Formats: sequence, C-alpha cells, structure tokens
Amino acid sequence: MIVKPERKPLLRVEGLRLHYRGERGIVRAVDDVGFEVARNQALVVLGESGCGKSSLVRALFRVLPRNVETCTGKVWFDGDDVMAWREEEFRRRIRGVRMALVMQAAMNALNPVVRVGEQVAEPLRLHLGWGRERARERAAEVFRLVGIPADFLRRYPFELSGGMRQRAVLAMALVTEPDLVVLDEPTSALDVLTQANIMNLLKRIKAKTKTSFILITHDIATSSEVADRVALMYAGQIVELNSADKFFRQPSHPYAKALLASVPRLRDGVRPESIPGRPPNLIEEVAGCRFAARCPVRFEMCGRMPEMSAVAGDGQVRCWLYDA
Amino acid sequence: MRTWHLLWQQLRRYPSALVGLALIGLFVALSLYAVLAIPYREALLLWRGGEQWQDYPRNAAPAWTNWWRRSKLPETIVVRESSAEATVEETFPDGRRLRMTLAFPYGYGEFPQEMNLFVEADFIESRPFASLLWQTPDGRQFDLGTYRLRGRERISLSQNRDLARRLGAPAHIALLSEPGARPLELTGRVLPGEHRLILDLVMFEDDAEVSTKLISYGRVHGLAGTDHQRRDLMVALLWGTPIALAFGLLAAVGTTVTTLVVAAAGVWLGGWIDAAIQRITEVNMILPMLPVLVMVGALYSRSIWVMLGVVVLFGIFSAGIKMYRAMLLPVRDAPYIEAARAYGAGHWRIILRYMIPRVLPVLIPAFVTLIPSFVFLEASLAVLGLGDPVLPTWGKILNDAQSEGALYNGYYYWVVAPAVMLMLSGLGFAMLGFAMDRIFNPRLRAG
Amino acid sequence: MNEQSVNLTAAAATGSTVDPSVVVAARELHTWFELRRWGLFRVGNVRAVDGVSFELRRGEAAAFVGESGCGKSSLARTLLGLYRPTSGQVVFEGREMGGLDRGQRRDYRARVGYVQQDPYGALAPFMDVRRILREPLIVNRVGDRGERETRIRAALEEVGLSPPTDFLEKFPHMLSGGQQQRVVIARALILQPSLLIADEPVSMLDASVRVEILNLLRDIRRSRKLTLAFVTHDLSTVRHFAERIFVMYAGRMAEVAPVEALLARPRHPYTEALLAALPDPDPENAGRLRELPAGEPPSLLDPPSGCRFHPRCPHRIAGLCETREPPDFEVAPGHVAACWLNQE
Repeated sequence: MIVKPERKPLLRVEGLRLHYRGERGIVRAVDDVGFEVARNQALVVLGESGCGKSSLVRALFRVLPRNVETCTGKVWFDGDDVMAWREEEFRRRIRGVRMALVMQAAMNALNPVVRVGEQVAEPLRLHLGWGRERARERAAEVFRLVGIPADFLRRYPFELSGGMRQRAVLAMALVTEPDLVVLDEPTSALDVLTQANIMNLLKRIKAKTKTSFILITHDIATSSEVADRVALMYAGQIVELNSADKFFRQPSHPYAKALLASVPRLRDGVRPESIPGRPPNLIEEVAGCRFAARCPVRFEMCGRMPEMSAVAGDGQVRCWLYDA
Repeated sequence: MRTWHLLWQQLRRYPSALVGLALIGLFVALSLYAVLAIPYREALLLWRGGEQWQDYPRNAAPAWTNWWRRSKLPETIVVRESSAEATVEETFPDGRRLRMTLAFPYGYGEFPQEMNLFVEADFIESRPFASLLWQTPDGRQFDLGTYRLRGRERISLSQNRDLARRLGAPAHIALLSEPGARPLELTGRVLPGEHRLILDLVMFEDDAEVSTKLISYGRVHGLAGTDHQRRDLMVALLWGTPIALAFGLLAAVGTTVTTLVVAAAGVWLGGWIDAAIQRITEVNMILPMLPVLVMVGALYSRSIWVMLGVVVLFGIFSAGIKMYRAMLLPVRDAPYIEAARAYGAGHWRIILRYMIPRVLPVLIPAFVTLIPSFVFLEASLAVLGLGDPVLPTWGKILNDAQSEGALYNGYYYWVVAPAVMLMLSGLGFAMLGFAMDRIFNPRLRAG
Repeated sequence: MNEQSVNLTAAAATGSTVDPSVVVAARELHTWFELRRWGLFRVGNVRAVDGVSFELRRGEAAAFVGESGCGKSSLARTLLGLYRPTSGQVVFEGREMGGLDRGQRRDYRARVGYVQQDPYGALAPFMDVRRILREPLIVNRVGDRGERETRIRAALEEVGLSPPTDFLEKFPHMLSGGQQQRVVIARALILQPSLLIADEPVSMLDASVRVEILNLLRDIRRSRKLTLAFVTHDLSTVRHFAERIFVMYAGRMAEVAPVEALLARPRHPYTEALLAALPDPDPENAGRLRELPAGEPPSLLDPPSGCRFHPRCPHRIAGLCETREPPDFEVAPGHVAACWLNQE
C-alpha cells in the first residue's frame, strides 16, 4: 500500500533527545531522533533490546521517569508544537485522546476486578466526560471493530484468553478515535496464531479507519506485516528510515543489511548469519558511528558521527557510505 | 570481600547510613571498652553492690549537670590522713598522743549530701581513743565527740542524731554553714574556706597506727551519676551495651535464620509439611509472647540466656514465616531452581543454597532493624522485673529507677541515660537498616 | 508408527535394548496434572501430555513445535525427569525411567542437559559463573577441585566464552543475554549429557544473537554427537537447525516429519495453519490478510472428542473428525500425520 504523502504530516519529530542520569553516567537512550508519520500510515520502529525504542515512546507521550537528565527536541502533532505545551494541556488534548498508547504486555495489566467493558469505556468517561450509556455504546462498537463479541463487555479480564485480552487493550486505545496509536511490542508475548490474528486485525483497522500507527518492536518478520515505513534504531539513534518496500528488499545501512540477514526465514533456504559483537551500551561515549565497531564495511570516515543522508526513494540513512 | 566493598560504596551515599554506622560503631567501641576495662566477673561483682561503693554518693546526678546549674552542686571530696604523718604531741610509755588535721577546703555553694569519717585503726589489743573537733574557717569549733576505735569503722557524722540535735541540723549542713546572728542559728548558706577536722588520738601501743578518711559525699558524680545503692551507673551503662548488642544480635540471628529455613523448607517441600508449618504459625501468632515470657521468668528462670532461648523459640513460627513464604514462592518457580533439579540437586541443597540466598539481600535490612526490637524487648522484660538478676543492663537501671521512684524524686538522669542508650541503639540500627533497604530494594529508590 | 511403538513398548518392558542408536524413546507417554478446587476437591486432570510416542536417535536434532499450552514444555520436563509421567514410559539409552531408583534417577538427570528460555532467570543471580558451573559437578560428585576447574574452563571454551578467566568471576547480570545463554549451555554440557533439551533457547534473545546461539548448539551437537531436542513455538528459527519436526497440538502429536518435507507439504491442517501464520520479513505482507483457523486452542482439562483440532479445522470431515481420533498415518517414510485427510 502506498500512502500519498500529505503536506502536513500527522506527527513530526525532530532532534528528539532523552537522556537519563544513570548510576554510572548519562544514559543516552534517545539521541537526535527525527521522523514523520503521515495520516493512516504505519511506522514501524525496529530495534533490538536496549536500543532506546521504549524510551522513544516515553518521550513522545511525556511519561518520563524521575531521573531524566535532558528531554529536548520538537514534536509537532497535527501542526501543533506539542513539546512546548504544558503538561496539563498535553494530557487533556493529546495523550489518551488523540494519541493512544498500548503498552508492552498491557494485556496483563488490565485491572482484574473491573469488567473489561468498563475499562474500555474509561478513557471516554475520563478524557471526554461522556455519560455511562453513551460510553458503553461506543465500547460495544470498538469491540465489534476489534472482533470481540459484544457480550464480552461484561466479562472480567481473567475470563478472556491472551489474544482476547490483547484485543481488548487495543479497543481501549481505539475507543477515543485517536489519530495515532502507538503499540509497544504488541505481539511479543503471544502465540504464533494469535500474533497473526492480531496483525490481521491491525491491517483491517488500518483499512477501515484513518488512524496512524507507530509499532515499536524487535520482531523483524512480524513488523513487515503492517509497516508502511520503517525506522531502524541502533544505540539510541535512527540509522535507517525508509519505506517498508525499500527497507525489507534493499536495506541501505550496513546494520539493516546484517539484521535482515540474521532473521531465519521459513520460506527460504538461505542460512541466517549472526552479527558479531554487541551494541555499545548507551553510557559509553562513542565518537563516531555507533555501529562502526561491528560494521563489515567501515572505513576511516566512520570515526566521525555521520548525519542522516537521503537515499533512493524517500529514505534516510545515517552512514558515510551514503553521504552525498 | 568485594561485596563488602560494593556495599560500602553504596552505603556511603546515604547520610542516614553513615550516622547509623557511626552510632553502631560507637556502641561496638563502648562494648569493647566495657569488656576490656571491666572484666565480666568484676562487672558482676560491682553490680552486686556493697562496701566497695562506700566512697560513692547516693543518687548523685552526673557531674556535667553542673554546667547549667547556677549554683554548682558539690562533688565528692575525700581527705585522707594517717597517724604516720601526723604530729606527735606527746609520747608516754607504751603510747603516744597525736593530733591529725584533716584539712577540708570547701568551695561549693551547696551543702554536700552526707559526710562520713572512715577510721582504720591498726593495734593489737588496746583500742585507741579519738576525739573529734571541727574547726570552721572563721574559727568556730564544734566538739564532735570522743570515740573508742575498733579496727575499722565508719563514723557517720550526718546520721548521728545526737550531734544533729546538738548542732541544730545534720552535721554536714551545720558544720559547713555560715553562722547566723545568734549561736546555733543557721543561715542555710555555706561558709566557704578551709574547714578542718581535728582528731586528737591517744594510742596505747607503740606501733599502733590509725588512718582516716573524711568523705564529703557530693551531690553529683562522674559521667552517669549513682543510684540508691551508691553504684556508679556507668558500670551498667557500659556493660549494658555488649549485653544489649549480644542479645539483640543473637535473637535476631536466631529467629531470622531458623524462620527462613523453616519457611523455605515449607515452600519447597509443600504438601502436609507446608500446611503444618502454616497452621503452627497461625496458632503461634495469636499466642502473646510477653505473658509467656513473664511465666517463664516467674516460674523457671530469669537468666537472660533462658529468655533468649524462649524468644528465639517463639520467634521461629512468627509472622516472618508468612512474609518469607510470600517472598520465596516466586523463587521456588525460578528457572534456575528448575535447572538445579534437572542436574540433580537435592532438596536441602535447593533450600539452603538456591532459595535462601536469593531472598537474603532483601532480608538483611529487615534483619538490621530487627536487632533493636530485641534490645527493647530485653529492656522491657527488665523493667517488668524479669531482667537477669545478676547482669548490669540498661533495663535493670530503668527497673531500679522505677522502683526507687526516680522521676518522683527528681533523679531524671537515672531514667534518661539508659533511655537515651536504648533510643540511640534503636536509631543507629534503624537508620542503617532503612538505608540498606533502599540499596537492596531498588523499588524504594525511585521515590 | 503406532503399531511399531506398541512393539517397542513390549521390548522395553522386557528390558532388552532395542536399538543402540536410539537415545531416548517415549512410549504412549501421558503427563496429567490433577486440578483441585481449594486444594481439596478433584476437579479433573489437565492432560498436558496425552499419549505421545517417539524416538530420538543419537546426534539427531529434533524440534517440538506448537503453541503455548500444547504440552511441549510439559513433555520436555517429563523427559528431564522433572515431572513423573502419569502413564507410559520414557526409555533412555535402553533403560526405562520409571524403574530407576533414586541414585540412578540422579545419574539419568545428569545424562540429560537442559537449556531454558530465559537465560537470566536460569542463572542464580548470586552465583558467579564458576560457581554456577561447579554446582552440577558438586551435586553429582564429579572429580576433585582441580578436575572440576579444568572441566569448567573447558566448558566455557566450548561455548565460546574465551578466555575463560574473563568470565569465571562474573555474575550473570554482568553478562549480555547471549553470554548468559552460553553459560546456561555450558552448564547443560558440563556433565557430558547424551541428550540436550532446549526449551525456547533463543526466544528471549535479540535477533542478531539468536543465530549465534543456534549455530553454537548445532556445532556442539555435531562435535559431541549429541541428541538435541528443541522445544519452540517458532518454526522459522528451527528450520535451519533441526532435522525432524514434531508438531504438537493439545497434548498430542499432530505431525512428525523431516523439516523439508514438512515445509514443502504439510499433511495436517494445523501444521498448515502454523506455516501460514508465520511471516518472513517481506513488504508484501502488509498488503494481504493471512488465512487463519478460527478460535483458540482447546482446554486441556476437557479436550474435544475425536481429532482435537476439529473445532478449528477448515477441512473437517463431518461425522468422522468429531467422533474418531485419527491414527498416525504414515504418508511418506518418516512422515507421519494424525489426520483423517490422509486416509487412503
């Protein structure tokens, strides 16, 4: 699916930095990250554990832990510079209203003593001040959308299977008809078939509504199920940002190439290859390109930090090989 | 070694831990000092009381209380003199007459508590005579009577009723008092200056000797003051420290270790063993411990070690079992324990070497804060009169203070000193414990 | 296979060694768990493993694949001797496990290595690497102090943690996920097992590390002629690292086949569904919906009658699949599927 780029993207992030004070120094969890998400587009933020992808979510939603050192950068949501907004306004107008979050393992975080229907309707009553009846009707509507029978509204979380709970959580995010839904590892705890079902569901929702999605995941194969664009993160930075088509077929960044080569494929006899070495931890000061130490094609330029450079299509790569 | 170093690195960042450690260090140093300075047997003997304390005042406040008193209270003054150094006035066959002068400079604004003269006469059969004369700085003289000396004796000037009647007040007040307008009228003010007690001795043996000691008992004494038996409270405050630490530590170790092992065994072995442990705990939890201790103390023994045993015994199946159980349940299902079973580790190895070490870090802070609670328990028992009868402990001081009506009589130091020791020990362990809790339970650190 | 396994059961029962190349064999293995309400009243049995038979040969790499709750982990734990089978037998190197005494049981456990899913959880956080590796040796009274140290170092070398001196004194939290899993593997190998059971050995690891660990397991299997049993939910990771695949559904074997045959031509609708659900990284995926069976895996407390997959099966044969349990049909040499569709 090709999405026609609009003039004004729904979400635009520029120079986002989130640094923590750690026990042993500054943790540069998110370092100069920028991307755009258009309406009805799905952006996959791909990265291995500790690459800063969960911190990116925190920065976007402004749910920050106490030990934040710096949190700077620009975030435009639907043309508004929301980073400049006060917390109160952000909470009232954006978070949970126009931008919803499905947290990692959220399906296990449902309140066990409250009926799922009420939990799904809660954002409406809380953020939009809807009445009980109206909220319940809307909840039933989203339940149909995510494929849960409406009579499940009256059940308790433990009466639902893992897949059903994940759907309920998704319903909770969709209930306010947000413009953007951010899903943090939505399928990592699910079984193969359930996972495929959830991905099918996301595809359907994306086709039916105008919602945009950001999918944060480490699962490369699953991420290809919904991705329009892919942002690959490595050690706190985006190293490649490209259309899904380009990214999965002809990745540009050496890390992207290596990562795709490391995925075991079911329908392909090619043996997967591992990437030697391990990523730098986010505390170390790395002078140049952060992947240089593991890179098979590094050269003298890699001692300096590369900027994002444009590559074929409308992609960007943080690598000296593509420096114009 | 490395773990200790790491722990220290962490602890250093918490001022409360440093204060706590300093306090504990102080108590440990005090304990060492107590044990080295006053050997155990000697401490017991001292605490038994008696003649060895005769030079000490009764119920004297600590000396440093004078700092904030406008009119300083006197300390104890001891003046010694012996016949060997005295001037011989006259010699006659088989004897001599001599005069001993005990110069007694007195500069305090308050009267002493009591005055006693101790006389030790060394003779074979003929008892020497002594006539006592008090000379005030302004030249007045008081005849204090004539005594026929025995070997050793105490001539209590203050408690001599005849003398008191004659002087118009107990001797230690009358003799030191500034004279009024009429004879024998007392102003109630001290006449400062050098008072003298003159002993005119007549001895009937050539080598008879007499030595004397005049004690003006102060109303303040030493660092800690004294109690109703003239005992220096310092002995009990000092020796109370190692006893309190030992009791607290042993009780805490005893209960924690056994409780932990029992809880872990219950969790791991499950089934009827676990059920039995749980039921015993539930029954034990509703049994009040204090009455049981009172019964043991009343009917069996009040030895601190017997009490310790009872405390530990009742502590095994305490609420701790429930807490440890909750902590150990997730550990039981940890993959590393499953792996240990897979390579053949036996039940006890799993309980002792795999389960318990896992929860130990979380328990150490609780353990540290548990120590003072046992110190308090021991003190409470002592206050209730169930303290060890021979050991000098903080609780015993409090018990004595209570039974002597210390607060009613204004001997606040008698209560304050042991109470402060108890509070500081509690504070020290608590401050260290809370800091350790933050280190070992990172969840608390975010706040 | 059914018939054959009956014969083998008989042979094993008489105590004779069947085939020296068979390292472990399961015969009509059932592992049920009693479910009680309030710990008292028996409600029923969770039939985690419900009649499973197979043989694993020396040096073979087999993968047990299925969704969570299909019984694959219970099967692994039964093979490890952690669960006692309710009925049926596990025959290990010609000896029936049920007949072992306590000492023999311990020996047996030492002959089977275990690699778990969560490498961090699988290592005691308060032990350094040396102690972690020494524990199995101490428990099984292997060697003296010096010999143990030599073995520990050799094991670390073998799993690619070299020089061993750099790792001996490290605690698990100081190691990366991949290194932790290598330590787990070293521990599983240190008693020189002939069977290694790996339960989701790479599912908690990052993509770039997974292949490393899988390669390591393959190399060790080859050099030691070790039998390797993978338990996993992810067919794509085992495709290159296993030779035979056992697909489990609701406590039973749905299909057993060599990898290539299974991928090329699955003969059980459940296998088909699994394969259809698994994506490869491919931008085309975004444009199409996957065809998946409806519903959820059945309750193991009360599994469906007949074929256990029939409520979800798109090719269900009415009147047959609901009532009669399908036998194992051998569709090709070494390729067995328990599905009525394969009936001639």
